[in-house]
Amino acid sequence: MPTLAPPAPEDRSAADRAATAEVPPRPPSGAVLAEQFDDLDQQREADTLGMWVFLATEVLLFSTLILGFVVYRFLYPEAWHVGTEHTKFWIGSANTAVLLTSSLVMALAVHAAKEARWKAVTWLLVGTAALGALFLGLKGLEYYLDLHEGFWPGAGFDVGGPLRQQVELFVVFYYCMTGLHALHMTIGIGVVLTMAILAHRGTMRGHMHVEMTGLYWHLVDIVWLFLYPLLYLAGG
Amino acid sequence: MADAAIQPKTYYRVAAALMGLLALTMLADALPLGALHFPVAMGIVSAKMLLVVLFFMHVKTGSRLVRVFAGAGLFWVLILFALTLADYLARGNWPPPPLGP
Repeated sequence: MPTLAPPAPEDRSAADRAATAEVPPRPPSGAVLAEQFDDLDQQREADTLGMWVFLATEVLLFSTLILGFVVYRFLYPEAWHVGTEHTKFWIGSANTAVLLTSSLVMALAVHAAKEARWKAVTWLLVGTAALGALFLGLKGLEYYLDLHEGFWPGAGFDVGGPLRQQVELFVVFYYCMTGLHALHMTIGIGVVLTMAILAHRGTMRGHMHVEMTGLYWHLVDIVWLFLYPLLYLAGG
Repeated sequence: MADAAIQPKTYYRVAAALMGLLALTMLADALPLGALHFPVAMGIVSAKMLLVVLFFMHVKTGSRLVRVFAGAGLFWVLILFALTLADYLARGNWPPPPLGP
């Protein structure tokens, strides 16, 4: 077991400075300044930048999937047409509307959090999660219908006649893309509900947690905005 | 606070614009656009993405550094698509032989 080194002199003086520093006035949202930051603005900027770096990795994750899908769309246009004809246009469109609405509600929740209206935040977050759950419910219904129609890759797959194997590739992409997105939705709903509980208990430290949750939620919404025309529309 | 400028009224307008664009997407899908379907759909979805990123995600009122980070994510995706598609679409043996036995 390594022994702990005694704190370096700089650390001690930093701690002394922190102890004697004036406590800044707390903003209405009750944000707490972590010791490594000079002020709340700097902390906020660091939070936002870190989140955007994470979101950029998410963007690239989904982009590679979408890129593969688009390449094969150019390779097998007829089969991709069969695939997009088969997906449920109205369920996909309704789900797009549901997610856009959920993003509006989320944006309002972030706004309420900035004004420390925690009761409103709680209900707006619950509303966001409920719309997310509605999305997953509709997606589940679509999967159910797909499975009943044999829209599942593997032995016995028989959609598209002579283009069967190409259509099967579309179906693999369909489940990978919507499945990965649904996984993100599920995580998002969990985080949003956690934030709702914190807001309800009054243990939220400032609005940044809600704001970061919002950024993630909006990104998952954007991913769906791209999946929708690719998987459901004639031009996809 | 930097993004205090965005008010709920703006959010409602953006949401209405997004719904309008969704309706436009569905309408365009029903029109006989042929080969134009894909570019039209991608154009509309890009507009939707910009609305969400600029307003809901506060990039419009964000600091320059945040804008650079958000823009970098998009820029790298554009490189990914541009170079890959340039390769696939510029090959001589296009279209490739069909998949299957």
